[in-house]
Amino acid sequence: MAKLLAITIIVIAVLSAIPIVAHIWEPPADVARHGPAIDRQTDETMWEAGLCFLAGQIVLAIFIWKYAGRGRDRKIGYFPGGGRGLVIAAFLIVGTEVLALGAVGTKSWGNIYFTPIGPEAMPVQVQAGQFAFYFRYPGPDGKFGPIHPQLISEANENFFGLDTQNDAASRDDIVTAEMAIPVDREIHLLMHSKDLGHSFYVPALRIQQDFVPGLDLSIHFTADKIGRYEIVCTQLCGLGHYNMKAYLEVMSEQDFNDWLKKEAALQ
Amino acid sequence: MNDAHAHVTLHHGPPQSFIRKYVFSLDHKVIGKQYYGLGLLAVFIGMILSWIMRLHLGWTNLAIPGLDLLSKNGAPGGILTPEYYLELMTMHGTIMVFFVLTVAPFAAFGNFFLPIQVGAEDMPFPHFNMMSFWVTFVAFCVLISSFFVGDGPPLAGWTSYAPLSAVGAVAGPGQGTGQVLWACSIGLFCIGQLLGSLNFIPTTLDLRAKGMTFTRMPFTVWAWFITSCMGLTAFAVLMPACILLIMDHLAGTSFFIASNLVVSDQLQPHSGGSTLLWQHLFWFFGHPEVYIAIVPAMGIVSHILVTSMRRAMISFNAIVGSMIALAFLSYMVYGHHMFVSGMNPVSSLVFSFPTLIITIPSTILVLIWLGSIYQSRLRITTPSLFCLGFISMFITGGVSGFFLAQPPVDIMLHATYFVVGHFHFVMAVAAIFGIFAGTYFWFPKMFGRMMSERLGKIHFWLTFVGVYCIFMPFHYLGIAGNVRRYQAFVDDYTLHLIPVHQFITVAALFTGGVQLIFLYNLIHSRFWGEPAPDNPWEGTSLEWTIPSPPPFDNFGGRHPIVYHDPFQYGVRTASGADYIMQDSPEQAALESSPTS
Repeated sequence: MAKLLAITIIVIAVLSAIPIVAHIWEPPADVARHGPAIDRQTDETMWEAGLCFLAGQIVLAIFIWKYAGRGRDRKIGYFPGGGRGLVIAAFLIVGTEVLALGAVGTKSWGNIYFTPIGPEAMPVQVQAGQFAFYFRYPGPDGKFGPIHPQLISEANENFFGLDTQNDAASRDDIVTAEMAIPVDREIHLLMHSKDLGHSFYVPALRIQQDFVPGLDLSIHFTADKIGRYEIVCTQLCGLGHYNMKAYLEVMSEQDFNDWLKKEAALQ
Repeated sequence: MNDAHAHVTLHHGPPQSFIRKYVFSLDHKVIGKQYYGLGLLAVFIGMILSWIMRLHLGWTNLAIPGLDLLSKNGAPGGILTPEYYLELMTMHGTIMVFFVLTVAPFAAFGNFFLPIQVGAEDMPFPHFNMMSFWVTFVAFCVLISSFFVGDGPPLAGWTSYAPLSAVGAVAGPGQGTGQVLWACSIGLFCIGQLLGSLNFIPTTLDLRAKGMTFTRMPFTVWAWFITSCMGLTAFAVLMPACILLIMDHLAGTSFFIASNLVVSDQLQPHSGGSTLLWQHLFWFFGHPEVYIAIVPAMGIVSHILVTSMRRAMISFNAIVGSMIALAFLSYMVYGHHMFVSGMNPVSSLVFSFPTLIITIPSTILVLIWLGSIYQSRLRITTPSLFCLGFISMFITGGVSGFFLAQPPVDIMLHATYFVVGHFHFVMAVAAIFGIFAGTYFWFPKMFGRMMSERLGKIHFWLTFVGVYCIFMPFHYLGIAGNVRRYQAFVDDYTLHLIPVHQFITVAALFTGGVQLIFLYNLIHSRFWGEPAPDNPWEGTSLEWTIPSPPPFDNFGGRHPIVYHDPFQYGVRTASGADYIMQDSPEQAALESSPTS
């Protein structure tokens, strides 16, 4: 039975590794300028974790194979180096490797959160609410009009609570249900939740950031491939959470300008 | 020898009536069994909920016969509504984390065996102990009652993030009465576990038998002691958080609700609260909770492995030190649940490094277990099989933690099935393997009868393979960006993952069904199992020095004196045995060189 268990553990370990090595299930291809660093960090972690996983399972299996069922005629032995040696090994091998990996990873985190927003970055506001995203572009004046929570109404389609009669800056704001951005242009995304906790997850952009009600956050990124990508909510927000989604269209500069004009005409 | 710890005489007599003997008992052993029974009831309810969820995830429009009897509104025609899926998911998580993973390895086994293993007749505060169980039981009933209230159970997940959990019924089904009942239940649960911790700590510190020094305590005693210290601090934070949540619902306060929120087109009459405050309070409890579940299992596995390997661990200090380090670090890492929450990104890096450091004590534990199996005389029994399975699960769940500990990698994996796979391996299944190991190991002592080894081994094999079939694919789904807590998969990039969900569902139904073998073995053995000898596994700790089942006062009026640590295996005694009991004054030579 011990030998069967040893074989089972190894078979499970190998079968578990195959889909990873064969890249059977992968995230959508990266289209963000900061994405390759995240993917590289994930790959390096996969190598390290994969080796630890396989080594741990295989050693466990070998020891079960060899040492289960030994009788009293067999001498009890001690692992070379003893407990102290293994503690040192844990510190030196796993501890150092994992900490080094973490230290390297701070760079890709910093690329997203600790780099300044460029002066040419295009501002886009996204508002999350049960169970839809809405987007706002500042229009020709380059300014967003203020949000008046008491005016927010799905029924009146005033998703951002804009007072276009009294706020001049609101009059040219363009509100859309889809997000479109020009390729290779830095985007400054201003995040606002009108009701509850939500999240802005775009797997292809390698971005996930929660909305915090009462706290307006912002992130910035640059998409470098034209295409249509999904934006989904990952923060449980109620019964329609699974269906809270929108699309991100990454367009050429010209197509984006045309799209924005068309949307402005619909306001 | 710790003469200062003179034996404490039992301060309550044997019960005379049925009620005091079996219901409102002061006996730690009965309370331990009551906790075990509660955990058993809870785990089967939680498992059935997971079956329903899995069936729905595999085949979203499948009508499950009879499900409409549970809730006509939640499952009309047997098909789950989106909100009822989330409600069952919330109840599954809450039941499993609180009423199974906390109750069984810590409260159930700890209550039964901690006093016996330190040589005491009972806990120091038996009335608190009794209250601990009954408050926990009431907490369970309050939680279950949410199935039967108007708008159903809560749907905010076991983490109950605010403001979804705080704004009330305006946020949708389950967020009114159901959510208040959830908060009441968890608040009561915290009180129950605080009362338990208040007993465990002085039992370990003050009621040890003569000679039971700290270095002679079994790993289980260390594990329960460390866990009770964690419980005292972690539950003491969650309980007031639940009170604040209830006040947001019922007293019009705004602890977790920010200003100017517009929910369902209604401007909320709240101002000034902090959404992230709930997350900080919850995870300050929540991450230690992971170790509240797993440290007792580590202790149980270490204790059983020593008995099965017929040798001491190659380093006692490394095992105990690592468990203490895990407990200590668990308070410094909680922010890794919040990397993308909107918390300051610098804080994410600050929380990342202790999270990475926590891999060191975890690795030490695995290496010491493996290094101790090396050239041992490992006996393959059902308890030892589950211990080996535990090590395998802990390795698997542990390495996936490398990913989630790093903020840039977590960006892609946060809130996906990768997280679900990770915590089910490292916290849930590993802890449950510890519970199974403890059950097969201690059942003879608890009930005086042996469990069937044959059925036990069948149970192990099918469960071990089944668990991998369920939870390993979760990692692949997460890598592909499949978001958790969805009742159906409608995103274009996840449609091709649905067959993986169907495979998981079949595996979950199969593995869940296998647990009926365990249940049958448990019930059948309780009444018709072979009578158990006092020491069926040839163990050395004090529970094996007394009859099976133990008498009311544990040691029959005897005051045990401890002469050894509980690791005296691989020796040659005058009687020919390869072990010496802790209370035996006999000295014998080790067959091999001593350990560090």
